[in-house]
Amino acid sequence: MAFYRPARWQKPFAFTVLCALLALPGLMEIFDQSYYIGFATRVLIFALAASSLNLVLGFGGMVSLGHAAFFGIGAYVAAICQQGGIVEGLLAFPLAMGVAGLFALLVGALSLRTRGVYFIMITLAFAQMVYYLFISARAWGGDDGLPLSERMQFAGLSLTDDKVLFYVALGLLTAIMLLLGRLADARFGRTIQAIRENETRMEALGYPVFRYRLVCFALGGAIAGLAGALLANLTGLASPALLQWTQSGTLLVMVIIGGVGYLYGGVVGALVLLLLEEFLLGFFAHWHIVLGLLLIGIVLFAPKGVAALFDKHRSQP
Amino acid sequence: MTAATNSAKNAPLLDVRGLSRRFAAVDALRDVNFSVEAGEVHALIGPNGAGKTTFIHHVSGALQADSGSIHFAGHDVTKLSMHRRVGAGMARSYQITNVFLGLSALDNVALAVQGRPDAGSSFRFWRPVRTEHALFDAAAGYLEQVGLRDKQQSIAGNLSHGEQRALELAMALATQPKMLLLDEPMAGTGPEESARMVELIEHLARHVTILLVEHDMDAVFRLADRISVLVNGQLICTGTPDAVKNDAGVRRAYLGDHL
Repeated sequence: MAFYRPARWQKPFAFTVLCALLALPGLMEIFDQSYYIGFATRVLIFALAASSLNLVLGFGGMVSLGHAAFFGIGAYVAAICQQGGIVEGLLAFPLAMGVAGLFALLVGALSLRTRGVYFIMITLAFAQMVYYLFISARAWGGDDGLPLSERMQFAGLSLTDDKVLFYVALGLLTAIMLLLGRLADARFGRTIQAIRENETRMEALGYPVFRYRLVCFALGGAIAGLAGALLANLTGLASPALLQWTQSGTLLVMVIIGGVGYLYGGVVGALVLLLLEEFLLGFFAHWHIVLGLLLIGIVLFAPKGVAALFDKHRSQP
Repeated sequence: MTAATNSAKNAPLLDVRGLSRRFAAVDALRDVNFSVEAGEVHALIGPNGAGKTTFIHHVSGALQADSGSIHFAGHDVTKLSMHRRVGAGMARSYQITNVFLGLSALDNVALAVQGRPDAGSSFRFWRPVRTEHALFDAAAGYLEQVGLRDKQQSIAGNLSHGEQRALELAMALATQPKMLLLDEPMAGTGPEESARMVELIEHLARHVTILLVEHDMDAVFRLADRISVLVNGQLICTGTPDAVKNDAGVRRAYLGDHL
């Protein structure tokens, strides 16, 4: 896999997309399609969650099958905060990131001592533990999940307005993508990508490999927690389904469709998958069959993901 | 100057005592006592399967011994992980070329410079690496030392085998080692590239202590100040090239068919 290097067209392109997105809610209102504001928000939130997994998987080379745990924990922290009267996102969102990040730190500290299939299994096991913990926790709603009686605020603005939630999600996604883009091109990004390529060599160059991996893993967990907190606001529920391993699988599929290790891989993957789900579900209850065919097609014809198709310069090993 | 640092000065740079390691039923290393003096080129030779690479793995910290001790530059490093030994001044190159094929030669060495304790933390999340000129200026210097000045911008995967081996050396040098562990630097190189590599190692030996594992006997006898012979996990002889050449045990075990 190649090392990340920002393409020249990337910044103007991202800026153009951002401008278009800023105009999106207004346009949807004009055309009386307000329903799609909620859908677009969902895409933004999953873009954030998939990008956090892409940091861990694509840049850090850690195939985690437990990423949904951090996503779900973020949602639960938001719901618990809301029920406990902490309704300000400026407070609750960092808290969700902190709790998810700390849990990722713990999971990482134990599981990053293993490699390959053992790592996949141990991250999966931790995620399932969290899933069963929340399912059996009556105080947090058990099977039914924990509802938010109403959406939170962000900097005093009520997220009950779909447009506000959309803009908050857009703003946070933009900020995180900016951070990830800078990080990938800075010392830290170089380091984790080199560890992904050749761990032993990095150790032999004097890098404390474990530490860099752990920070990468925890950072990915924290960002997933932020996405979870946003999603709880959008759907009004912290559901145990968010913690389930199938959710980890969905995030993995998004990253693979979008492009593992490409900065916008997670964003593109979330968009493609959710669009497919949204439109195919209207015609066809078994839309997963189409998804399966699409996945096979991508693996065969665009094995590096959709984002890779836009980047012809990076065919090096 | 305290007594401790004085004695550390006189002690060998690398001092391995009683190192043993079993893999299942195989005694890979048996009670190996081995030392490298500061400033020397010490070659380790032995037939295939004698345990040379296993030994290097123990010295570099990739493997932990069952028993025995390893002291380096006056510190007990027996229990230290690989990256800490690198920090203490031990650098290694690999038998199989082990560079980042997708990065340019300069980027490869800059990555090695970046890993140095004096280069600061790599927990930097914002500043693009390519604007950190100090890293790349230093890296260019090491490439020049190994004769790759004109190949700075070449992608490592496109370099010739010999050039990749030289790049590997530049990366090891960039960690500013007190001692270089070279594991078969001549492996797979043609005669011309070999000759260049010998020259290069000769040049490097003026500045840094070298522990050399190598099959190419011409190179070994030309470069080494001392030679140790490892056979079946045991050191059977250590001495000057002439002494080793004339040692009856060594001839019997190994050199007979080479000399």
